[in-house]
Amino acid sequence: MRTFAAIFKKMIKFRQILICKKLIFTLLFSYGLLTGQSQQEGQGAQHTESADHAAQDAHPGQEGHHEFDPASTAFHHISDQNIYSIGPFNIPLPCLLYTKGQGWDIFSSSRFGFDGYGHGDGHKAYQQFVLHEGQVMRVQDPSFPTDEVEIQGFTAKEEADDKGKKIEIPYVLYQGHEYRLDKKSTADGGLFGGGLTSFYDFSLGKNAISMLIVCLLLGWMFISIAGTYRRNPGRAPKGLQNMMEMVILFIRDEVAKPFIGAKWEKFFPFLLSLFFFILGLNLFGQVPFFGGSNVTGNLSVTMVLALLAFILTTVNGNKHYWQHILWMPGVPAWVKTILTPVEILGIFIKPLTLMLRLFANITAGHMTLVVFVSLIFIFGKSGQNVPASLGASVGSGLLSIFMMAIELLVAFIQAYVFTLLTASYLGAATEEHHHAEEKPH
Amino acid sequence: MTGSIAAIGMGLAVIGAGIGVGTIGGKAMEAIARQPEAVGDIRANMILTAALVEGAALIALLLSYLSA
Repeated sequence: MRTFAAIFKKMIKFRQILICKKLIFTLLFSYGLLTGQSQQEGQGAQHTESADHAAQDAHPGQEGHHEFDPASTAFHHISDQNIYSIGPFNIPLPCLLYTKGQGWDIFSSSRFGFDGYGHGDGHKAYQQFVLHEGQVMRVQDPSFPTDEVEIQGFTAKEEADDKGKKIEIPYVLYQGHEYRLDKKSTADGGLFGGGLTSFYDFSLGKNAISMLIVCLLLGWMFISIAGTYRRNPGRAPKGLQNMMEMVILFIRDEVAKPFIGAKWEKFFPFLLSLFFFILGLNLFGQVPFFGGSNVTGNLSVTMVLALLAFILTTVNGNKHYWQHILWMPGVPAWVKTILTPVEILGIFIKPLTLMLRLFANITAGHMTLVVFVSLIFIFGKSGQNVPASLGASVGSGLLSIFMMAIELLVAFIQAYVFTLLTASYLGAATEEHHHAEEKPH
Repeated sequence: MTGSIAAIGMGLAVIGAGIGVGTIGGKAMEAIARQPEAVGDIRANMILTAALVEGAALIALLLSYLSA
């Protein structure tokens, strides 16, 4: 009992320190948020000015063409990029590109000559590749020079695709001509507006770099904790070890044991890796001004995680599991004809929802934050109305802090839910037969 | 005004999921009030059920996104 009391006292002390730190952090954070936003505002103002100039030069009298579009801004900010932005500063990343018929191109994205401070538009083209809003794109036209050339800027045109839907196609300006740009190939088969184009992007982008950073961080953390356990076995844990032990015990006692049952030890390492990987990436994406990476809000990443859960469930499914799917015992035959297709569909729907849940929750959080920041530009008319944008800065700053607090909660809940559902699917697949009531006595 | 009718479908699906998650949360609160010692079990099952209901809304989101 006495040790408990001591730990409790310690915890109270620790909490006081934490609260103090929290206050200071909140103040610093809100200051950073406001100044960061005013910087962005400045950029927004410059943007409109140049946009207005361009509009006057190109189409005199045409208004409303360069209106601020929060949806496209949000999509731009949650997508993978070929540069890493810390605050407003851009860091180049390696590019690894494959073009059909031309082979591989490996170079650093600093070749594109983008500004170290700004929005990630390159001033140079290299090997017919350009950097537009942080993403590598390729010039389709073969008459475009292949070596390093200066480009004059970017523009966009609305065109109808084969389904008649209007989409914006980016163009690059070079020596008075406009060249159509290809985005990188995506594997969605055109479902999400992507599809196969003339090149593939295998670069170590922002998302991959964030993933590596998180993996190194997790690896360092757990190796150091394992070392502490080895050095003083049987002693009360302290510090980081204490915190992690609490989380690991929670996963063991609340997730693995009740939902998997007898065979929980076999799947426990997988569940823990899943939980800490997702949690780490969720939290890393929350750090303000540090890239704002959206790794768990990327369908490819969540798809691989869900695929792992699917493979493990399918491989480890015992005969009762398959019997319950293919020919459910204890129900009339005509019900079985309905149940079997539904159950077979269920095998695939389960990992699909795992994938979509994590993706949608994290993406929605990131997008909401960007939209809250966009309120400044909407109310301030992209910097033309300074008092309104100042007022909106305060409001959207507070809203953003509120949203980040909710997102912190979501980061934990989604990591927990993903682990919990994987555990319950694994439990359903490995459960032993215990339907005593079915057997006739 | 631009947009597609898929957005309305998504909204309807969200209404359904909202009612579902609300009911789950409310019932879980009642259950916890009745049996405070079972709070751990109730919470785990509540989150599990809410996640399943959310799955239906997410499938609707995907379908509306594809048909938009």
